[in-house]
Amino acid sequence: MSKSGQKAVVYVRLKEGVLDPQGLTIQKALSQMGYKEFTSVRTGRFFELDINSNGSDIDQRINEVCAKLLANPVIESYRVERVK
Amino acid sequence: MKVGVVTFPGSNGDYDSFAAVKHVMHEPVEFLWHKSADLAGSDLIILPGGFAYGDYLRAGAIARFSPIMESVIRFAKSGGLVIGFCNGFQVLTECGLLPGALVRNSGLRFRGEFIHIKVENADTNFTNACHPNDVLKVPIAHGEGNYYNFNGDVKKLEDDNLVVFRYCDVEGRVTKESNPNGSINNIAGIINREGNVMGMMPHPERAVEKIIGSDDGLKVFESVRAALSNRIHQTTAGRI
Repeated sequence: MSKSGQKAVVYVRLKEGVLDPQGLTIQKALSQMGYKEFTSVRTGRFFELDINSNGSDIDQRINEVCAKLLANPVIESYRVERVK
Repeated sequence: MKVGVVTFPGSNGDYDSFAAVKHVMHEPVEFLWHKSADLAGSDLIILPGGFAYGDYLRAGAIARFSPIMESVIRFAKSGGLVIGFCNGFQVLTECGLLPGALVRNSGLRFRGEFIHIKVENADTNFTNACHPNDVLKVPIAHGEGNYYNFNGDVKKLEDDNLVVFRYCDVEGRVTKESNPNGSINNIAGIINREGNVMGMMPHPERAVEKIIGSDDGLKVFESVRAALSNRIHQTTAGRI
């Protein structure tokens, strides 16, 4: 059975404690717009990966690309969601 | 001193580095294309400023996987001298040759201007032509130069004297106001424990003649030349 057509979504965000100047600026803008209840904004990014593989090691390989390239483990953490 | 300047797609400081070495230092220099793995017998590798691979994903993140970087990493691990200016510093942290990361400037703005840096460690391959606490006037040009590392790791860098330059005012005072990008403890440049790899956000290669605003950056090139001739001297002496 072919397992092609799989997807993974990877969410990358700055770790707690790492300054997110974009998030701060967006939060300030929201506050100026009158949305004062949003007291903090943290930004991040996500990646959609289309996968063509029958390998049983695909989870491990997804984690590898996250740690090697998609996220910088010094400043960022990541979370993987598998999509059927 | 034979210098190799790496050119990535998107480098824009490669010609500045090339010109500083060739026309001001009068030393041999070659461009090294990112797709090549050949370091052309260089004894100093410069990773220049710019926006390698468009700075896509993160500054330096894609560049570190280019064929030339595999050779540069091997060269650095065997003791070869490597400097990263600006984007080059970002590449060096991404590939793990230097600790920490460079994140978005705290003020969110790209900063392009002359600033001052204080020499914290004048006993390196890259600063031996300076005196401790010398103040150098050099330009910066970056949007992501905010040096970040975990508190414990910053303390280790400082305890081991691996912070080479800090942002300061014209008098050499390390102040919040003189910090252009929010770097922890005003860190502008660091060196690895082995002393052969240095990264810095400012551009000494763009401050090599008085007519362009400052020639303080020459100190870095003069230091490397002195270090290399000393090395050759030692090697020769060792052989005899």
